[in-house]
Amino acid sequence: MLLDEIRFLVLKDIKLEFKQRYAINGILLYVVSTIFVSYLSFSKIIDSATWNSLFWIIMLFASVNAVSKSFVQESSSRQLYYYTIASPQAIILSKMIYNFMLMGVLAILCLVVFTALMGGFVVNYPLFICALLLGSFGFASALTMIAAIASRTNNNFALMSILSFPVVMPLLLTLMKVSSAALGNGSFADNTSYLAALALLNIIVIALSYILFPYLWRD
Amino acid sequence: MNSFFKNNWWKLLGLTLILYSIVAGFLIEVPKLQGNIGESIRNLFFHVVMWFAMMVMFGNSLVRSLRYLSTFDIKHDLVAYESVNIGLLFGMLGIVTGMEWANFTWGTPWTNDPQLNGAAVTILAYFAYLVLRRSIDEDNKRARIAAVYNVFAFVMLIVFIGILPKMASGSLHPGAGGSSSTVSSLDPTMRLVFYPAIAGWIIIGYWLINLKVRMANIRQMLDNPEQS
Repeated sequence: MLLDEIRFLVLKDIKLEFKQRYAINGILLYVVSTIFVSYLSFSKIIDSATWNSLFWIIMLFASVNAVSKSFVQESSSRQLYYYTIASPQAIILSKMIYNFMLMGVLAILCLVVFTALMGGFVVNYPLFICALLLGSFGFASALTMIAAIASRTNNNFALMSILSFPVVMPLLLTLMKVSSAALGNGSFADNTSYLAALALLNIIVIALSYILFPYLWRD
Repeated sequence: MNSFFKNNWWKLLGLTLILYSIVAGFLIEVPKLQGNIGESIRNLFFHVVMWFAMMVMFGNSLVRSLRYLSTFDIKHDLVAYESVNIGLLFGMLGIVTGMEWANFTWGTPWTNDPQLNGAAVTILAYFAYLVLRRSIDEDNKRARIAAVYNVFAFVMLIVFIGILPKMASGSLHPGAGGSSSTVSSLDPTMRLVFYPAIAGWIIIGYWLINLKVRMANIRQMLDNPEQS
């Protein structure tokens, strides 16, 4: 029953997205313009540490931007309708899955445009892709929960950035470690502990959100 | 006079413990450690004690938030809020004492160290809690949302201060990456001052929370005279 609800809600979000293309276009514009600005400001080839940090900074801000849209664009009367027909757990899980797909697209896009404009610094592609996927999942789950909290207050976007920064920090630090290893010849075996830590963080955040979202939803 | 002592004995106990820890902290013999730590190891009685007291305050806040979520009694939410305030006070004091200590032993007030960064981000998370509270007007809604974020922030705190520094390899700050934590290998003479100091600061923390909660209740009674 829960899986059916989740599948239905995720498909609904995807269909809405294809009709309006609101979020995808916004993300596309944001990512391409920020990468272009950084390309223009770094006139010579940059080293791998700078590449790494720029990549994750752009990913972070684009993710915050993208996920905050997912809760904001639902009007309050529609939310009341959702409240009556679906369980809160289904809603939060479906939003997380939808945001994960969005983040995945965003990450691949970011990687492609970044490599095109700033040069390909990635040495160990499987490790980097793995980190990217785990990172996207982590961003999606943590930011969805924070967006759920922030959507209940009045000043949405500023609060979302303030609330999300401490929560996203451990994720970001671990991701940067793994990806800097991927840029510099690190092997897969060395970094399994970090990848495991990333997966663990994901699970913790998802479990917490699953338990806590019903309290938020009662409004 | 009798009832004064019966109600307030614990406050006097807290004060005595703290005064004892301050005086004894400067008078007892401390072991000679390598490096240039020297006598400044006495900062252990202030810096580390602050962190322990802060953890207890945040733990109290978590417990109150959970109790609010299960009973929806607004009193729990008030105590949770004031616990976070006092916890932040202790945390800022811990950071300041840590920065002074670092400046003396390592030459710089702040380094790129997982424990230090973790502590700073935890403090930021709880400041964000305060910002969140201030941005919602309605009482019950604020309490519910703040409680949810509190649970979230506390788990993140555990991850930051407990787990991530252990995974990081090698740092200046003791207790990271497998080196023994200072607490378990503490010199017995220092333990005589350390444990009472923690107990004293926790008691004073509770006293501060008590005072702030009572003040908030009085302020609320004054604002709504028909609802008292």
